[in-house]
Amino acid sequence: MEKRVTFKGWLLPVLLLLPQIVVTAVFFFYPAGQAVWQSLFIPDPFGLKSQFVGLGNFQYLLNDPYYRASFVTTAVFSGLVTVVSMGMALYLALLADRLIKGSGTYRTLLIWPYAVAPAVAGVLWLFMFNTRVGVVSWYLGLLGYDWNHVLNDAEAMGLVVAASSWGRVSYNFLFFLAGLQAIPRSVIEAAAIDGAHFWTRFRTIVFPLLSPTTFFLLVVNIVYAFFETFGVIHTITSGGPQQATTILVYKVYKDGFVGQDLGGSAAQSVILLVVVGILTVIQFKFIERRVHY
Amino acid sequence: MAERSGMVEKRGAGHWFTHLGLIVGVLIIFFPIWLAFVASTVTQPEIVKPPMPLWPGGHFFENYRSALVSGINAPVARMLGNSLVMALGIALGKIAISLLSAFAIVYFRFPGRRLFFWLIFLTLMLPVEVRIVPTYEVVAGFGMLNSYSGLIFPLIASATATFLFRQFFMTVPDELAEAARVDGARPMRFFLDILLPMSRTNIAALFVILFIYGWNQYLWPLLITTDPQMNTIVMGIKQMFPSGDDVADWPVIMATSILAMVPPIVVVISMQNLFIRGLVDSEK
Repeated sequence: MEKRVTFKGWLLPVLLLLPQIVVTAVFFFYPAGQAVWQSLFIPDPFGLKSQFVGLGNFQYLLNDPYYRASFVTTAVFSGLVTVVSMGMALYLALLADRLIKGSGTYRTLLIWPYAVAPAVAGVLWLFMFNTRVGVVSWYLGLLGYDWNHVLNDAEAMGLVVAASSWGRVSYNFLFFLAGLQAIPRSVIEAAAIDGAHFWTRFRTIVFPLLSPTTFFLLVVNIVYAFFETFGVIHTITSGGPQQATTILVYKVYKDGFVGQDLGGSAAQSVILLVVVGILTVIQFKFIERRVHY
Repeated sequence: MAERSGMVEKRGAGHWFTHLGLIVGVLIIFFPIWLAFVASTVTQPEIVKPPMPLWPGGHFFENYRSALVSGINAPVARMLGNSLVMALGIALGKIAISLLSAFAIVYFRFPGRRLFFWLIFLTLMLPVEVRIVPTYEVVAGFGMLNSYSGLIFPLIASATATFLFRQFFMTVPDELAEAARVDGARPMRFFLDILLPMSRTNIAALFVILFIYGWNQYLWPLLITTDPQMNTIVMGIKQMFPSGDDVADWPVIMATSILAMVPPIVVVISMQNLFIRGLVDSEK
């Protein structure tokens, strides 16, 4: 797509582009290039010079049981966050869509946790389940369940999943509700006349028509769980117990800043870069298809 | 929508179950925030002797004043100010440079235009989390640690907004630029008098999204603000927890959490329609 009518000259457009070019070159392309470059070296312990190791860092990473475990942790974590937040959102959206009026009110009531930062969500959930003062963990204790996410891997994972999914429900709810309201009423009523009950209608009509929305949300939520949940992990578990909640982004931070392993951390960045690339391509392919609908 | 009645929407008992289901959902979503609010209005002894009360106490002003004025490492009022500068800087800065570059890409023909476009497009892909170590080194090299520019610039360096404005400019009728050219208007006149006013809604919608994005940043401020006076509120909360076995000052921490949530929530609720529009646009 091109404009037919354009202005003449080349100096003005270059000047207009300059701020963006400078900012992206200095704070984006240079660091990204550095990440790729550093991933090929191992600095000596004094940081004076580095030794070229080719793909050695990558080889080391892929053979490192901790890194592999972090991959599995990330997969489990993002899978759970996606399923929990989308499931809850779909359930609420289906209910809100059944209302003749008032769905707008519920939308207002449900929309705003989106604005709560993941790190703040982490603090709120940590407070509820804190082993010493948490209300929920205290009542669980009354029921005879001894909650301790500081020691128990599964409970730690459950807690970071809950905190990460919580604010995400709003976002998914908005898109599901919009998707549901775009489905023509007549189609659903025709099925109802034919005697199809709610579940049959949902399975055979509503869910298939909702699939573009669902697929879109699937990709977006996986990206969210991969990259934007750092705050939740850092506030609640700091990756623990041991490595149980160390997702990939957290490991980049931990190895690079806490462990000072620059080569390894840069190699991890490059691997993440490939992951983002793949997810973006999937997303764009999907959007192209939707445009041609 | 009165027509939306009939066999599909439930009446009677079913109708009430629908409301009940939604209300339960809303209550579950609200509960963590309610608890934080309650905790910010009671005293420390009431919290550390569980179970804490579930109804607000009478220490609201005391706790919030203590947080705002003295905080734990730095006054929370100071952290709120830092967050505000950062969020506004990111939102306004990104909108400004993106408007200019989108205008250049759409309305001019010049050598290397396609290259610029693809370079910008590439940045859509890479969140700051992925390139933290080298970006940190760049910022440290410029001496921008513990500064507002260090907080703002690396987060402006992506082209999502440029891409959005480009898409919008493409839908602006050619006749407008044609008329401006016939009238002998210079390109910047056209930009300021015609294009900018037309983009008002898009700019506002994007502002809402970017403001929340900037306000809620965590990892980046955590890395580059080692001076408590430069902490933003969202990252500062975690810094308020004591290391080791000491008991955290929960009322003050929870008051800070509430204060950290209020500005973005106010923005979302008060600009709800713009927000939804911005969300849908920015995901296209």
